[in-house]
Amino acid sequence: MPSERYVFPHRHLLGIQPLSPQDITALLDQAQAFEEVCERPSIKIVPALRKKLVVNLFFENSTRTRNSFEIAEKRLSAEIINFDADTSSLNKGETLIDTAMNLQAMHPDLIVMRHSAPGAHALLARHMKASIVNAGDGSHEHPTQALLDAYTLRKHFQRLEGLRVAIVGDIRNSRVVRSNLWLLTRMGVKVTLVGPPTLVPQELKATWPDIEICHDFDAVIPSQDAIMMLRAQFERGTGAYIPGQGEYSRFFQLNPARMKRAKKDVVVLHPGPINRGLEITSDVADGPNNLILDQVTNGVPVRMAVLYLLSNPHGEQVP
Amino acid sequence: MPAAQGQCSMDPGQVELTLQRLAAELVARVKPEEEVVLLGIRSRGLPLAERLATLLRAATGAPVPVGSLDITLYRDDLTEMVGSPIVRPTEIPFTLKDRTVVLVDDVLYTGRTVRSAMDALLDHGRPHRVMLLVLADRSGRELPIQADLAGVRVEVPPGHRVAVRVKEIDGEDGVTVEAC
Repeated sequence: MPSERYVFPHRHLLGIQPLSPQDITALLDQAQAFEEVCERPSIKIVPALRKKLVVNLFFENSTRTRNSFEIAEKRLSAEIINFDADTSSLNKGETLIDTAMNLQAMHPDLIVMRHSAPGAHALLARHMKASIVNAGDGSHEHPTQALLDAYTLRKHFQRLEGLRVAIVGDIRNSRVVRSNLWLLTRMGVKVTLVGPPTLVPQELKATWPDIEICHDFDAVIPSQDAIMMLRAQFERGTGAYIPGQGEYSRFFQLNPARMKRAKKDVVVLHPGPINRGLEITSDVADGPNNLILDQVTNGVPVRMAVLYLLSNPHGEQVP
Repeated sequence: MPAAQGQCSMDPGQVELTLQRLAAELVARVKPEEEVVLLGIRSRGLPLAERLATLLRAATGAPVPVGSLDITLYRDDLTEMVGSPIVRPTEIPFTLKDRTVVLVDDVLYTGRTVRSAMDALLDHGRPHRVMLLVLADRSGRELPIQADLAGVRVEVPPGHRVAVRVKEIDGEDGVTVEAC
């Protein structure tokens, strides 16, 4: 637990990049306190965000992330407005500021936003008094997913430092990866990125020099404590970078044969939604080593921790 | 009579004797059929509750469950604070339904912590009754709350506070009145 004098110094959660190891630890520790709330046999609601207004502003579809945020908000007793924005018919730059001004006029305390443009959250943060939570921006960052992944790993292994984690699949199009790279490397996890050369940009090493990149999944598996499978995002253009789904599965699918090469107590993560039979087979996804539904469960207390720590902004604030 | 600055109200030996007396008074106050559980309010109420549980077990032969309560999320000034205070885990690994819950804290002052603690514990179940036990009871109540059992009643002059130290957290037991 952080010391009683520690105050979360950030006004917004735009990404993992601005967070120190101490901030990350504080978020994970707070999530632990909120997990107790979520697992109570009786009333799973605390009055921590009573009288606070939270706007869920989703410019992109997301059922799970939004549901998870909404449950977190309800468990904190926040007032909630869901604002579904249809970007397709609008000029994005102007509309976002217009939307921000309109929202500002209603004096929200927190805005949870998903938007396809990486700079959208920072833009909103400059125009709003409310705290902004990034619920995913294009292929840039998805900080709460990385926090719940780390929470799930830390809960299972009782530590993060020194763990070996392989992140496998469509690295190029994944926003989960960037947030995870910031977080895991900052907390001392040894990360190996695995995938076809076309889907694993070498330039990631310029930002994260300590990571390894490998295109041979079979060679990487035996040394890993955790394998984080990514969704092959054919709707985001994964298909343009690889010869075909069959070939992708042959080299990068996590299946029973590959699990035999892994440590007995390896854990398997996946941010969902799963393409069963493509990047992972059903018997592995539902098998004894998987923490995939734990990730979903842990998403709620992690998001409660984020909303709680941002709900009382500190005097001297950093983005 | 107002206490002077830094005046020692209880030394380590007195704290121990007081806890023994409080445990004996508690035994006298509950009926044999009541199932007693202790909830220590974090931070210093928790070690006090654990020590009382040991004393109660020695007196009655029956183990007394101890839980911890963090009241941060139930504070009435939480949404007005600058910076969210760190929340520590609440651990109540037993039912409160129909139990006699004894809330344990170090100091009773405004009563606001106890008000928050009652809200928090009622979210965990409906007890038979709730009692309040504190090591030090001081003036300055802002809510209609009083202790059922108090180790010492301390008069505190303006600008002063009651500081309770417990060996598990502070290295030594003691109760003193200090300038704020």
